[in-house]
Amino acid sequence: MRRYVVGRLLLMIPTLIGVAILTFVIMRAVPGDIVALKYAGSPVPQSVIDEERHQLGLDKPMWEQFTDWMGEIARFDLGTSLWTGHSVVDEIVVRFPLSLELAIIATLLAIVIAIPLGVLAAVRQDTWVDYAIRVFSIGGLALPSFWIGLLMVLATITFFGWAPPLVFTAITEDPIANLSQMILPALSVGYRYSAVSMRMTRSTVLEVLREDYVRTARAKGVQESLVVMRHALRNALLPVITVISLEFAFLIGGLVVTEQVFNLNGIGKLLVDAVAHRDYTLIQALVLLLASVFVLINFVVDMVYVVLDPRIRYS
Amino acid sequence: MFNRQIAAISVALALLLAACTPAPKGNAPTQSGSAAEQPQPGGTLTFIVNAEPPSFDGHRETTFALLHPIAPHYSTLYKFDPNDLTKVVADVAAAMPEISADKLTYTIKLRTDVKFHDGSKMTSDDIVATYQKIIFPPTGVLSPRAGAYAAVDAITNPAPDSVVFKLKYPSASFATNLASPWNFIYSAAKLKTDIHWYEKNIMGTGPFTYVSNTKGQDWIGKKFPDYFGKDKNGVQLPYLDGYKALIITDANAEVNAIRSKQAAIEFRGFTPQQRDTLSSALGTSLAIQEAPWICVNYVVPNTKKPPFDDVRVRQALTLAIDRYAGSTSLQKITIVKDVGGLMRPHGPFAQADADLQKIAGFGTDGAANKAKAKQLLADAGQPNLTFKFLNRNITTPYEPVALFVLDQWKQVGINATHDVKETSAYQADLRAGNFEVALDFNCDFLDEPDLQLAKFWSATGLGKGLNFAYYDDPTLDKMIDGQSRETDPAKRKALVGDIEKYAMDTKAYQYPVLWWYRIIPYLNTVRGWRIGSNHYTNQDLETVWLGK
Repeated sequence: MRRYVVGRLLLMIPTLIGVAILTFVIMRAVPGDIVALKYAGSPVPQSVIDEERHQLGLDKPMWEQFTDWMGEIARFDLGTSLWTGHSVVDEIVVRFPLSLELAIIATLLAIVIAIPLGVLAAVRQDTWVDYAIRVFSIGGLALPSFWIGLLMVLATITFFGWAPPLVFTAITEDPIANLSQMILPALSVGYRYSAVSMRMTRSTVLEVLREDYVRTARAKGVQESLVVMRHALRNALLPVITVISLEFAFLIGGLVVTEQVFNLNGIGKLLVDAVAHRDYTLIQALVLLLASVFVLINFVVDMVYVVLDPRIRYS
Repeated sequence: MFNRQIAAISVALALLLAACTPAPKGNAPTQSGSAAEQPQPGGTLTFIVNAEPPSFDGHRETTFALLHPIAPHYSTLYKFDPNDLTKVVADVAAAMPEISADKLTYTIKLRTDVKFHDGSKMTSDDIVATYQKIIFPPTGVLSPRAGAYAAVDAITNPAPDSVVFKLKYPSASFATNLASPWNFIYSAAKLKTDIHWYEKNIMGTGPFTYVSNTKGQDWIGKKFPDYFGKDKNGVQLPYLDGYKALIITDANAEVNAIRSKQAAIEFRGFTPQQRDTLSSALGTSLAIQEAPWICVNYVVPNTKKPPFDDVRVRQALTLAIDRYAGSTSLQKITIVKDVGGLMRPHGPFAQADADLQKIAGFGTDGAANKAKAKQLLADAGQPNLTFKFLNRNITTPYEPVALFVLDQWKQVGINATHDVKETSAYQADLRAGNFEVALDFNCDFLDEPDLQLAKFWSATGLGKGLNFAYYDDPTLDKMIDGQSRETDPAKRKALVGDIEKYAMDTKAYQYPVLWWYRIIPYLNTVRGWRIGSNHYTNQDLETVWLGK
């Protein structure tokens, strides 16, 4: 087991190097750079543009830019943002808590909605309860979360003259202000992601409910709630956990439009701004960060499998 | 391709709807407050900035996203009068400059009561250090506007309260360029320690001191108690206790911020639809100021690419555009309005309508212009001209303006396709000359021919990196230089008129579509702020106050 864990951890390194190379090459293949963008429409002489490109190192050959960057990464230095001139770490640290908190709240909401309703739909298969839950979940899949968010904001402004606060307050500083800002985006995103998990829960529970050991448990006279909770749900959870955990990883950097609608100063918005600005160092750092989150979460999920299903053993 | 067709149909429908839509009822454009009102001190102004500043150095950057949150920390030598934004008044200068008879020496007396936020006294050393950095930047220091001061030969300070600018030749624009909103006065001591210090730090002599900046979220300033400014009644300025600039990049979120009264104003501008949404929602709580804007979109044919090297083809492109019809429809859906030449319509250098209408493409008879355009295309052997029209992927106002132009061209048999690119890729194509015809743009802080004609210098000369029509024309260079050295305003205006005729008609190098129009809807509690024809000046918030 220990060898497996170490092996998996070591495998992350080539994965992340691959991501780094791909990001580096793709961004430079896209036309335009930060300097052209910065002076768009301004009557700035070419000499100024050339000088700024030189200062930012954009006039160096691509291989040299890459080795410079790799050297910085090896020293755990993510560099400075080409746009603001500030440390990339500073740029990320300001935004990460918000994105992480939103991802956690939205995921918790998704779990709270998805698992009970998914189980209920499976247990009451083909009844009106099942149909209602399926319509609710299909609605979540069909409606984009940012659009639901937009409607929520419009509704609260129109009917209550209230909109979520525009400035992030840490939960440790003022929990009420924090939740006031987070609750609507978390609901809109949580509903969307609960739909996926809800359908997954329903189908896997349905599958497990048809297994021999469930029939055996019922034949032994075990209470139906125990059959569902202990025998069916626990065995149905593995694929649900996979879906939820991958969604969680996606939520950290993927809520671009939702963050814009609610003016949330998160990682997704930062990444999109960085791409728009052609802020290479920031993009590279963010993609590496998000890729690391993905591989780490995948790793953690694989470890959780062992806890949930004693039959699974890694060697 | 399908998406572009949808976009084209949507804008066409929007134009049609706009043409049929009556002007919004309810709030007529108003301006909050009145001259008789007594400013009330106190309060914090919360406003929106829809982009994030790059560095904090005004001398280095060119975006309004720096000026709106950061200008309140700084003073300039001169500035535009907040009550009459066409007039230059002293800021840290004690009076207007004394100009020698040969117009080559500008002597400026300074105020002696100006302090930096660290308590140190401002002297002429600071002015010299500031302007040395702007006009004669040392190696490694970027100063994109240094060229605007090309006439300056030397800057000296004969006394702590006096600065002298020596010019190499008379310059018509020099005095007004001293009121540039970018020319923040910096501390000579800080610059001496580190010439790049101001890229990441704030320390000025302006009405507000720096409090904090959360990246991507907000910028906070508070009143500087030792600020030198006083109003006409001798009351200490600024009136506000502080301000908070919220960085909001999404247009809907901006509207919602004002609608929910979490922000009072956004100083750049909103679209007519956003104004109407806010007007319906907020009723009398909303005030609106509107003004012509020194921003314009140009149609730029690449003269290096046939058939756009043929003047007849370029003339046909401008003749085909019925700007007056476009103005009527487009002003209802986007931020353009006035028909004008190279200088802002109704501005101090704008030609009279009768003169403008003599220029190709600016006559009011759209049908006759189109007939002439067809004839010119036929004469040039291009009756079915086909090309790509490069544009950037920004909706307001680029997309509707481009679609309007494409439709106008289609009416004379030109089959142009809309080549929309993300801004950075668009800029790369412009700078590489990798396009046939493009929609370019220009925004300035001042009605000043030297600024508005900067893109018209020869492409291999002073227009390098600016002139995307890629022509070289020594005659035009000479004309632009001539107006720049002419210090008599009436004569200069006539020279500018000649340039317009030559550049837009005789040679038809590049030409405006419609000039932009600035619309600022804001909570009527904001007083003491007046809209100008640009979104760069009048941002120090010195005279802004909050009413009830």
